[in-house]
Amino acid sequence: MGLKKILDNMKPTFSEGGKLSAFGSLFDAMETFFYVPNETAKARGAQIHDAIDSKRSIFFVVIALIPALLFGMYNIGLQHYQATGEESTLVCNFVYGLLAMLPKIIVSYLVGLGIEVAIAQYKKEEVHEGFFVTGILIPMIVPVNCPLWILAIATAFAVIFAKEVFGGTGMNIFNPALVTRAFLFFAYPAMMSGDKVWVNENYMDCINGTIDGYSAATPLGQLAAGEPVSYSAMDTIIGTIPGSIGETSVIAILIGAAILIWAGIASWKIIVSTFVGGALMAYLLPYAGAENFEWWEQLTVGGFCFGAVFMATDPVTSPRTECGKWIFGFLIGALAIIIRVMNPGYPEGMMLAILLMNVFAPLFDYFFVQSNINKRAKRAAK
Amino acid sequence: MSLFSKENGEIFKGPLNLNNPVAVQVLGICSALAVTSQLMPAIVMGISVTAITAFANVIISLLRKTIPNRIRIIVQLVVVAALVTIVSNILKAYVYDVSVELSVYVGLIITNCILMGRLEAFAMQNSPWPSFLDGIANGLGYAFVLVVVGFVRELLGFGTILGFQIVPDCCYMENGGLYINNGMMTMPAMALILVACFIWVHRIVNEEKK
Repeated sequence: MGLKKILDNMKPTFSEGGKLSAFGSLFDAMETFFYVPNETAKARGAQIHDAIDSKRSIFFVVIALIPALLFGMYNIGLQHYQATGEESTLVCNFVYGLLAMLPKIIVSYLVGLGIEVAIAQYKKEEVHEGFFVTGILIPMIVPVNCPLWILAIATAFAVIFAKEVFGGTGMNIFNPALVTRAFLFFAYPAMMSGDKVWVNENYMDCINGTIDGYSAATPLGQLAAGEPVSYSAMDTIIGTIPGSIGETSVIAILIGAAILIWAGIASWKIIVSTFVGGALMAYLLPYAGAENFEWWEQLTVGGFCFGAVFMATDPVTSPRTECGKWIFGFLIGALAIIIRVMNPGYPEGMMLAILLMNVFAPLFDYFFVQSNINKRAKRAAK
Repeated sequence: MSLFSKENGEIFKGPLNLNNPVAVQVLGICSALAVTSQLMPAIVMGISVTAITAFANVIISLLRKTIPNRIRIIVQLVVVAALVTIVSNILKAYVYDVSVELSVYVGLIITNCILMGRLEAFAMQNSPWPSFLDGIANGLGYAFVLVVVGFVRELLGFGTILGFQIVPDCCYMENGGLYINNGMMTMPAMALILVACFIWVHRIVNEEKK
């Protein structure tokens, strides 16, 4: 094994006292990224033996995101060439989207991992793996025209204030990727909403940050403005509509959901109950004046699917108890639709609904654990 | 005891740093969030609170032996309310624009925990001169946090300092540049995070001294 040998040879340079010990965390992260670490937990207390550690399991999430990511790239190109009216092929669309997307992914990983490695080095801990998913989620939930420096600031804000201050990976209350989006949404509203941000004029302009892109309203934007929706249900399910990069295609997201459930990472209860809650609310609260818009189409537009599958199911910020999961998901779905329909200021409610329920997740757990304890105490007392 | 003895020096220095009312005691947070979206109101608010705390401390300290213990809170409130009314009218007379911007928060100085805290904890037990120093120092400690938070929020949220444009116009995105003001800075939520950052830095700096 060539790579293993190289890593082993490099190890003394990076360990305590070595020449490059300042970069020890970075080395450790790379080493455990490629190979399962040698150390095992000390024999103390009850333990589960499993061949995959959290770096490996977190990778399933990245794999599950790939269909949505690839479709997102294709869709960037498609929307661009539709807006300019030029003819384009599938490959051409895809390459265009890839070039627009790559700088965002690089910036998000560089900033986020940079901060994580720096803090891990400072606190003499090992680098945690949580950011591998967050780093790919962040570029997927922003509009394509979002300038890179703004993305960098938002990523830094989320990693520091939503994650590291709570104690790092596994301790955060809020989903860091959603905090990034919330920060962008409140700090730079002009870059996050409106109909100019969804279609990239030119990927070079995206670096320069000019905002005069081609206009294309999202279905939710049209609904909030009380206009008829100009996309068919088929468009919204396949995903050939303007929207944040990863969120448009229901099919690609459902493929991801299947992978996550098969790998046992996401809870199917949360996904199902989110859709149930959303469907119920969408049925009860139709948009006023949107005739060609069926109630169930609510679930196919905007970030509903993406949020339900990839954000709400985050194992860190969702409840651990099974009953808690049902309520958590149901309330996310219901609140998302309530915010969409009732609040004209926020055309999309998924982000706010999930963040709000993140706060309540520990409370649900507490409630169900306590009620279980009480039930058993009563049974024991009999 | 001389006016500038060592004990009085300690009374004055404490609230400015190691016993800062906002950063250490976490009092007066509400107004620190509400009035710091720009620097000017933050400064005026800081001065107002300093003046009111100092004079309320002196008055209560003078009265401390005559106030019946059971109604002391009411007496304290009456004194503070009178001083707040005076300050509010002075602000309206001389800096009308700022007083409009501060709106209810001048009146709400009455409910500022720093004031009642100092009256109860210090002025009721000490003579007028140390009480005066304590009031000034607590007011200044509060004002310092307000000014720092107001400075950062105005600079990043509006690109100005005291109303003067700091970020050049050509940098803005409308004019072909890259920069956009951070809208989050104009919201109270960000002030809370900035106060938290202030506390964070304050603790790192003072870690050895404790």
